[in-house]
Amino acid sequence: MSVKLQAEEAAAHSSQKRMSGALMLVEALKKEGVEVIFGYPGGAVLTIYDALYDAGIRHILTRHEQGAIHAAEGYARVTGKTAVVIATSGPGITNMVTGLTDAMMDSLPIVVIAGQVNTTVMGTDAFQEAPTVGITMPITKHNYQVKSIDDLPRIIKEAFHIAGTGRPGPVLIDIPKDISNQEGLFNYPEEVSLRGYQPTVSPNRLQIQKIVAAIKQAKKPVILAGAGVLHAKAHQELRSFAERVNMPVVNTLLGLGSFPGDHPLFLGMGGMHGTYVANMALYEADLIINFGARFDDRLTGNPKHFAKFAKVAHVDIDPAEIGKVVETDIPVVGDARETLKMLLEEDLAPGDTAQWWQHLNQMKKEYPLWYTEDHKTLKPQRLIEMIHELTGGEAVVTTDVGQHQMWTAQYYTFKEPHRWVTSGGLGTMGFGFPAAIGAQLGMRDKTVLAVVGDAGFQMTLQELSVLTDYDLPVKVIIVNNYALGMVRQWQQLFYKERYSESLIPNQPDYVKLAESYQIKGLRAETEAEARAAIEEALNTPGPVLVDCRVTPDENVYPMIAPGKGIHEMEGIKP
Amino acid sequence: MRRILSVIVNDHLGVLNRITGLFLRRGFNIDSITVGKTETEGLSRMTIVVNVEDERTNEQIIKQLHKQIDVIKVIDITNEPSVERELVMIKVLSPLQKRTELTNLIEPFRASIIDVSLESVTIQATGNPEKIEALIELLRPYGIKELARTGVTAFKRGGEREREVTRIKHDALSLI
Repeated sequence: MSVKLQAEEAAAHSSQKRMSGALMLVEALKKEGVEVIFGYPGGAVLTIYDALYDAGIRHILTRHEQGAIHAAEGYARVTGKTAVVIATSGPGITNMVTGLTDAMMDSLPIVVIAGQVNTTVMGTDAFQEAPTVGITMPITKHNYQVKSIDDLPRIIKEAFHIAGTGRPGPVLIDIPKDISNQEGLFNYPEEVSLRGYQPTVSPNRLQIQKIVAAIKQAKKPVILAGAGVLHAKAHQELRSFAERVNMPVVNTLLGLGSFPGDHPLFLGMGGMHGTYVANMALYEADLIINFGARFDDRLTGNPKHFAKFAKVAHVDIDPAEIGKVVETDIPVVGDARETLKMLLEEDLAPGDTAQWWQHLNQMKKEYPLWYTEDHKTLKPQRLIEMIHELTGGEAVVTTDVGQHQMWTAQYYTFKEPHRWVTSGGLGTMGFGFPAAIGAQLGMRDKTVLAVVGDAGFQMTLQELSVLTDYDLPVKVIIVNNYALGMVRQWQQLFYKERYSESLIPNQPDYVKLAESYQIKGLRAETEAEARAAIEEALNTPGPVLVDCRVTPDENVYPMIAPGKGIHEMEGIKP
Repeated sequence: MRRILSVIVNDHLGVLNRITGLFLRRGFNIDSITVGKTETEGLSRMTIVVNVEDERTNEQIIKQLHKQIDVIKVIDITNEPSVERELVMIKVLSPLQKRTELTNLIEPFRASIIDVSLESVTIQATGNPEKIEALIELLRPYGIKELARTGVTAFKRGGEREREVTRIKHDALSLI
């Protein structure tokens, strides 16, 4: 056998092949099981796009890089899989900064492939050059710049590992153009070994037993369930646990769907626009067991009054979240599912909670969510209730940020996980519609609704093109109140009704807008019209946009005013 | 309160930026930071001196440092038997008739003169920050023309029990 043949055979045997950096990337994405990529081409990623041309991986061309990364967030949220985004150097990647921060705040697993200018001109302010690694360092879980073709396979493997394990988050890989062009040996590692990254999945049993003991003693216990439960796919265990210990459950905004919204143990969402009973339960509780929530300030209100009388057990996979905001009595570092499984193995006995439940049920009955009904006009709250009725609560719902988001959280009862996609931590306007595109690609057989405000929708509505291009039957419901609703509400309540730059009296004709994108457009101004339009939208196979002109002066109630404690809700009764 | 953190990090591009960026973002104030290679190839040691309000902030800093993929180990050595050193160079006005006086003055500090010109001398000293401070105060009346300090570098003394916060150990919980 000739030397050449031997070498070739050895190469084939070890599955090591010479290929370009761009092809390596494609091969690696295939090995990671990537089904769909969201992105936008440009100079620095041309070689990568050339390699994608016949790679057999679906690519969705959005109309803006922000649209690509929000779509990836929606996809990651409903599938639990790591989503992939590609952007070119410079403006391509700076357009993604908002989405990266959003994904970081809400712990979404995303791998971003960023093009970079040639290594030979890096640092010279070359055309479309931006210091991507520096810009994205504080808004990614980790980031890389590939300096040698030999490092590329390892870096991609590590990026997927870091993005999808522990507390998920976005990881960026900055690839200079000459590295994508260069050839090297493709040797994709099987395992990842990172000394500085070893997330604790299994919790300490001693701490588990402390929780069990605390439950036995508790007279006013509450479970707080956040997005960590969803990331860990622990919703079934959470339900079993809550039922075994007969404890009430409060969800955070991002945790909605981790516990059935129609379950008798459910108190609703907590926080600024949560239910009165949920917030009072958190205030009066003598034991709070937090699974995967980070005690965000929108949840706790003024932390001085939060969990004032409670022993706090905090289960989180990220040790840095424990004790960050609220002092913790029983810290548990671990995955929510593993922790709940271990708890379920214990001899769980609820304490004497009969009085507590009587009190909670009384509050539930006396202070439900409310709004003044008016069937002639279209109340936004009623609109969301109707959407819930007409979809049977089965749809995947995405939102932007603001009033419509809070009404959706309040009035759309989420019974299952992975049906709710919203921007929690960063509060990103323009998130909802592109996120719905990603959610629809992640769940092809589900009805996906983008419930958006008129202001937020106008930030990313260019992505309507994507619905037509890729035949995505997303239903866009604009909760149109001619304003930046939540800004208007705050100006009304805290700025003496001085509506500085928050009103949008001249709205575009959204029906014509939809039609210009070859999408069916409908308008509704009354409750009856809205019902008919939503029914029609749901029965139409393709994408539909419904412009719902709601009563413009509605406010989101109840609410905790800024600086107030969780027990100081306003607007709890008409 | 002043805390000294000894942080072992991967010797990767941009790690210093990562760490200082973290302090900036979280609003923690760095008093001094020094970096250099360790005995192990590929690892560097950062000695970070911070001024924190309370123990909880200190724990938060340690935990946030741990979250960085390039951070291998964080040790709070403030209350540990440790060796702490800083180097200072002071260029001080020194007319010829005062030189002997200056030499006598710095002798107890085991400082040395490393450069001489007609009007000034440059003094080098190493020691813990208190000693450095004391020397600077003594020399101030002569007229300090230039001064450069390195910041503290430190590690634990040998043979002592370690109070380590490692990422994977559940023992970390007892610190919360």
